[in-house]
Amino acid sequence: MLLALIVALPLLGSLLPVLLDRRGRRLPAFAAALPAAIALLTLLSFTREMQAEQTIIVSYPWLESLGLNLSLRLDGLSFLFALLILGIGLLVILYSRYYLSTEEAMGRFYAYLLVFMSAMLGIVLSENLLLMLVFWEMTSLSSFLLISFWSHRSDSRRGARLALTFTAGGGLALLAGVLLLGHIAGSFELSQVLVSGSTIIQHPLYPLMLILILLGAFTKSAQFPFHFWLPHAMAAPTPVSAYLHSATMVKAGIFLLARLYPTIAGTDWWFYIVSLTGLTTLLLGSAMALFQHDLKGLLAYSTISHLGLITLLFGLDTDMSSVAAIFHTINHATFKASLFMAAGIIDHETGTRDLRRLSGLKRFLPHTALLAIVASLSMAGVPLLNGFLSKEMFLSETLNQGLLGRFNWIIPAVSTLANLLTMAYSVRFIHQTFFGEAPKDLPKHPHEPPFYMRLPVQILVLLCVVVGLFPGQTVSELLAMAARASLGRPLPEYSLEIWHGFNLPLLLSLIALVGGTLVYFFLSRPLFRLYEKLPDAEARDVFEGTMQCLVRSAVWFTDRLENGSLQRYLALMLLGVLLITGSALWRLETWTGPVALTPLDPLTSLGLLVLMAAAIMVALSHRHRLQAIIMSSVAGLMVAMLFARFSAPDLSLTQLSVEVVTAVLLVLALFFLPWHTPRESTALRRLRDLALAGGGGALVSVLTYAVLTRPYESISPFFLDNSLPGGGGRNVVNVILVDFRGFDTLGEISVLAITGVAIYAMLEGVTLPRPEKGLGGYSWVRDRHPLMLRVVSTLILPLALLVSVFIFMRGHNLPGGGFIAGLITTAALILQYIASGLRWTTARLPLDFRRLAGFGLLTAGITGLVAPLFGKPFLTSAFTHVEIPLIGDIELASAMLFDLGVYLTVVGSSLLILANLALNGRPQDKERI
Amino acid sequence: MELLFAITLGVLTTSGLYLMLRGRTFPVVLGITLITYAVNLFLFAMGRLITGAPTIIGPDRDYTDPLPQALVLTAIVISFAMTAFVLVLSIKALSELGNDHVDGADR
Repeated sequence: MLLALIVALPLLGSLLPVLLDRRGRRLPAFAAALPAAIALLTLLSFTREMQAEQTIIVSYPWLESLGLNLSLRLDGLSFLFALLILGIGLLVILYSRYYLSTEEAMGRFYAYLLVFMSAMLGIVLSENLLLMLVFWEMTSLSSFLLISFWSHRSDSRRGARLALTFTAGGGLALLAGVLLLGHIAGSFELSQVLVSGSTIIQHPLYPLMLILILLGAFTKSAQFPFHFWLPHAMAAPTPVSAYLHSATMVKAGIFLLARLYPTIAGTDWWFYIVSLTGLTTLLLGSAMALFQHDLKGLLAYSTISHLGLITLLFGLDTDMSSVAAIFHTINHATFKASLFMAAGIIDHETGTRDLRRLSGLKRFLPHTALLAIVASLSMAGVPLLNGFLSKEMFLSETLNQGLLGRFNWIIPAVSTLANLLTMAYSVRFIHQTFFGEAPKDLPKHPHEPPFYMRLPVQILVLLCVVVGLFPGQTVSELLAMAARASLGRPLPEYSLEIWHGFNLPLLLSLIALVGGTLVYFFLSRPLFRLYEKLPDAEARDVFEGTMQCLVRSAVWFTDRLENGSLQRYLALMLLGVLLITGSALWRLETWTGPVALTPLDPLTSLGLLVLMAAAIMVALSHRHRLQAIIMSSVAGLMVAMLFARFSAPDLSLTQLSVEVVTAVLLVLALFFLPWHTPRESTALRRLRDLALAGGGGALVSVLTYAVLTRPYESISPFFLDNSLPGGGGRNVVNVILVDFRGFDTLGEISVLAITGVAIYAMLEGVTLPRPEKGLGGYSWVRDRHPLMLRVVSTLILPLALLVSVFIFMRGHNLPGGGFIAGLITTAALILQYIASGLRWTTARLPLDFRRLAGFGLLTAGITGLVAPLFGKPFLTSAFTHVEIPLIGDIELASAMLFDLGVYLTVVGSSLLILANLALNGRPQDKERI
Repeated sequence: MELLFAITLGVLTTSGLYLMLRGRTFPVVLGITLITYAVNLFLFAMGRLITGAPTIIGPDRDYTDPLPQALVLTAIVISFAMTAFVLVLSIKALSELGNDHVDGADR
């Protein structure tokens, strides 16, 4: 519980500074420091357990099926990192209070910082690897916000984007790697993963998994060749750099190496990849740092080089080298954070960070100068400071490896060279900034910063000195705790002494220190001249160029693929369907299955032939649209006949009544549309379409034939058995509709009602001219409503309504039901509209069809809701038999009420559609329907 | 019978697809109507083509499969709604765009 508090406090607390943003500058800073301080105290309350080398694990189940749990772990390693995150975080909060100017959004800044802090704590305290990944992504996102804090500056935005692309891309690789790791280890919990080292290393997927995980670690920790983002991230406010790029964000990758060390290290793969990457980064970073003119740029490359050093130490893969790596992590965090803060002070006080413009600042900033000099000497590894101790361990470890065979000397040689360069740039930093003549025309007149802005630097530099002088009394216990937790086994014998006697590492150190000083004072001019001549490949420009090229090609491709023609898309989709389905059907061994064909009977065959002919005629006559409508109605009627033939009377009735309504609808719509289709496709186009359509038709034929000649099993016996006893109806199709699958039907009538309303809305405001002349250029008939038709239709109406009531009532037991009855009613009413005109009919039938459809839906829905009142599932039906004199036995089922809802919805929606279409172009009548 | 039935569905689909590939809205609607017939018949045929066995419970009867029938019954009604919707859409397009081409412009 307390452990979760450490992670959660900064996250929850991030709201505080935002809320207090307008209350001056001290309050937001205090509000930001409070949760961090409480979290730090909470962490420190675990000191005793840590000293006793306990591992504290708390776990809350979350998505157990995915192996993702909210489980946290505190051991020596996470204790150390959490200490760094919270301790340096608090110092940065204090420092930022003075760094940020009054007009900047301080509350927002602190909120981002706290979210980032929480994410980092999450990474180091996660017991579950998937949970760690979540926090890992959170650091990428929150660091993006922090780096782009000055979002009005283009370099901030671009730097942030670069950082996000690299770290988030690495995060994806890490995700894949961790999934593999969890797959191999059988769990995502660290305590399980950490003990399955031997299984993991021997697994065939180990190399892939290792590379993916290392990609994640290397991108985060700015290892070559992913180091580009770090210098550009220097566009961030300096407190952000001091925090993210010394102690936290870039150390996440290092933490990952340390955390997973017992499981994934110890192989040749590990040694070569990690040590060579580290070595390259170390040399490259220190060389590049020497040539930077920007103070923060120098520190950024120096960070890259030190991260390379730590990575190299892990890569050397001995127990002692891991100890040295963790030790250097601590030391680097202290001196680099203080250096960044000092650079921020210099920037803040002079208005520039350009080494070529700065000089002689020790006159103006004596205290800051002293602090920065001590910190840089520590960075260079000068004796009596903490940097010296870990660097000495590092050099002696480089001499203790032997996997490179006769090229073994390369590692110590390159390391010494890198150290020499480190010394050179450290001396350059000190000399050019603080010594020499008084600076000329600086943007500001420099003077010492406020005491509290210097205090964090003082604390950190003091740590550098104290650790450097008394390592045994200060840091050794913390280091031992962390190293033991990282290695997972007892530590080798070692002593944190300043003086180990005169040995080879000390000699290498001396060479580096003396050589570096000499290089700076005597060789820097020719070296700089050489550097100027090198081709100027700006990583950010290359990156942006690549991105733009990618975007351009995507746009080009999209434009080619999508030219705005729906006809073309449809053809392409159809082609895709043909290829996919066709290739699947092609693999079928035989199209004809084992079931014997039923014999052809003449009448049915004739019907099928007529259907085919009608379908072909529709296609052939589609340019004469009225003719095509008639042909399509013929096809519809034949379909109804087929349903009747193959034992589906309900379908037949439905199809028949739908066909009537559809024909009216088509003719009505055609009235407003052009009556002929112009001939505009080329012969080639028609041939292509015919080929595509023919292909589709052939697919359907083969599929149908293949299915129909194969045996099948159905779940229908259940419906047949339960229809009468369970649903109280003999017509199984109807019982399925209103009872077994009533929920489906409810959905379907909802769709119907929605369509009606949508059409109503869509026709709002549409006015199309009514054609003056009829088809073929004849005038319209004078007598719009012929007397005979009017009389007959009026006579038919009560009969038709009676039929629909009959069909409705018998629906539960015999073919019929709400759908069919509704369609019959619709057809009967439409006949009135056609025969007597809209105005006449509307005056006599003042029905609001939208209300009718809605009422129908409500009826059906409420009927369903009755069942839950009696503890039955939604839409369960009940039925009983009533004996009525003269009429006889009547069955009353609640399903009938549901069917009534269906009936009303069908009538309402269909008439809503048709009447509104007919009203089209006559806005004066609109409000009536 | 199954073979002839399958060929009929193929012809219906071919005509329907050909019409759907036309450039004007009305033939496309007719094409959709034809494909609806084909699809409904296809779904219906998944219960196999059985004659003289309607699913009305009675003494000593054979029954065909009622489930595809129930599905197709609602499908018929829904496809009516869809045809209506597409038709109105084409009327709306004509009134807004001034032409009845599916791409929204005469080419």
